[in-house]
Amino acid sequence: MNRWIIALIVLAVALAAPFAIYPIFLMKALCFALFAVAFNLLLGYTGLLSFGHAAFFGMASYVVGHAMIVWGTTPELALLAGVVVAGLMGLGFGFLAIRRQGIYFAMVTLALAQMVYFFCLQAPFTHGEDGIQAIPRGKLFGLLPLDEPHTLYYVVLAIFALGCAIVWRAVHSPFGQVLRAIRENEPRATSLGYRTRHYKLLAFVLSASLAGLAGGTKALVFELASLTDVHWHTSGEVVLMTLLGGMGTVLGPIAGAFVVVMIENKFADAGDWVTILQGLIFVAVVLLFRRGIVGEAVEWWKRRKAQA
Amino acid sequence: MASVFGIPLAVFMGQLLLGLINGAFYAVLSLGLALIFGLLNIINFAHGAQYMMGAFAAWLLLTVLGIGYWPALVLAPLIVGLFGMAVERTMLRRLAKLDPLYGLLLTFGLALVIEGLFRQQYGVSGQPYQVPEALQGVIKLGFMFLPIYRGWVVLASLVVCLGTWVAIEKTKLGALLRAATENPSLVRAFGVNVPMMITATYGFGAALAGLAGVLAAPVYAVNPLMGSNIIIVVFAVVVIGGMGSILGSVLTGFGLGLIEGLTKVFYPEASSTIIFVIMAIVLLVKPAGLFGKAG
Repeated sequence: MNRWIIALIVLAVALAAPFAIYPIFLMKALCFALFAVAFNLLLGYTGLLSFGHAAFFGMASYVVGHAMIVWGTTPELALLAGVVVAGLMGLGFGFLAIRRQGIYFAMVTLALAQMVYFFCLQAPFTHGEDGIQAIPRGKLFGLLPLDEPHTLYYVVLAIFALGCAIVWRAVHSPFGQVLRAIRENEPRATSLGYRTRHYKLLAFVLSASLAGLAGGTKALVFELASLTDVHWHTSGEVVLMTLLGGMGTVLGPIAGAFVVVMIENKFADAGDWVTILQGLIFVAVVLLFRRGIVGEAVEWWKRRKAQA
Repeated sequence: MASVFGIPLAVFMGQLLLGLINGAFYAVLSLGLALIFGLLNIINFAHGAQYMMGAFAAWLLLTVLGIGYWPALVLAPLIVGLFGMAVERTMLRRLAKLDPLYGLLLTFGLALVIEGLFRQQYGVSGQPYQVPEALQGVIKLGFMFLPIYRGWVVLASLVVCLGTWVAIEKTKLGALLRAATENPSLVRAFGVNVPMMITATYGFGAALAGLAGVLAAPVYAVNPLMGSNIIIVVFAVVVIGGMGSILGSVLTGFGLGLIEGLTKVFYPEASSTIIFVIMAIVLLVKPAGLFGKAG
């Protein structure tokens, strides 16, 4: 019973939020939250640290911008194109990266993402340093104009919920069980007869596709796709969100994304201090609370219950 | 005038030399990464920041204290090395028993802090650093003009790499280091101060990065972003070469620098991505890296 009440409250808050808080901020946070949720499928549930997720996020935002402007498609088709491109890239990246383990996996994904960055810097369709500007938001399914901020917010909220539901379904399925087995002890999962490579690759593709969904949605919200979205700094940010919120928890990445986006908005004028602060948070989380905000809260709750 | 595939020989050789210089930096940096990885089992993401700190240390020594290039060549790596030792003692040490990913995340955070602080202080435009007087000018080699400083960078890097190789493969201290890499608790049982050795190794790796920074200062402008630009390429170099052997990583570094230089001559559009492409091919053909052990 309790669960349903909490779910109803969350839903009510999510629906009412744009009347109290600046919708663009909320939508930005939701896009990054979806990005972090997708990323956490790899880091939190499979134990794979990808340091190149900005490639999927950023490339999908370019594809959406290109589709909206040059091909003149409706937003849902543009998003679909972005997701497909990100998923295919994930297939290629994943195929290469899962050939190495642990720390090498992180370095390979980072290097591949840097290659994508240089590609985007030079390719004509990304417009280099300018990026793709003034992306029209269009009409969803040709009917629903997305230029009205509240309409756009509910669409973004629905996309976010869809993405989270997919990850939740994947994690709480036999497939998710195998992923966790790989995280805990890959040789053992192999010896039990699971083709761990296939599972890792599938998780990677799923994560990349959803990261693409997040990036594409962000392009519609900001009407902009730029080099910032494919830069390694963005890859680092999503790692930070997940780590700060608590990897391997469902709510952690969402909480982490909201905190990080809030910090960025608060100190938007302070320039490099945002980067410095982000670095300090990394150091503090790794040294002081490795479970992240949500992970530590859950742990505290459990301890309290055990004592009572 | 002589030419190679329709490109003037002098231009061709000039690009090749520039590639060799980049290769020298790749070699020194990947060597430091490999040393640190061997003993501490972490990838030092702050390596690029430490390289940048070396360049800035040299520049600050000159502009603030009036200390020139030659003393800076010793002092700057010393400063960066001491900084590295402090980082190891206060932070990295606490992560020793954890998943190596945490070391990567911590040093990534450190790199963000260091780079951010320097950007805040000095902006993103580069600071020029004069080539020292003794190394100014060019040598005529008949087929090309060799700027003396560039020759010096290649030579100095080679000497440093070979010196490190000799120290690790041929001396008593190096033998202890190799033993500690294999089995730290056993070496400790023999009465060797392994924690001190770990601190010193991290410091030495950081100092190598700092030295590369000083060597780079007169070639490129001294810039807060110089570290993060090069470190990702060095990661790819490390993946290609594997971190199993010192000479392997040196050879890979110089080789890839040359290939990058050649690409700049024949197909400049691909020069920034060629190393990543090679990495992808190596992963397909020999996943453990050219000189690496499986794993």
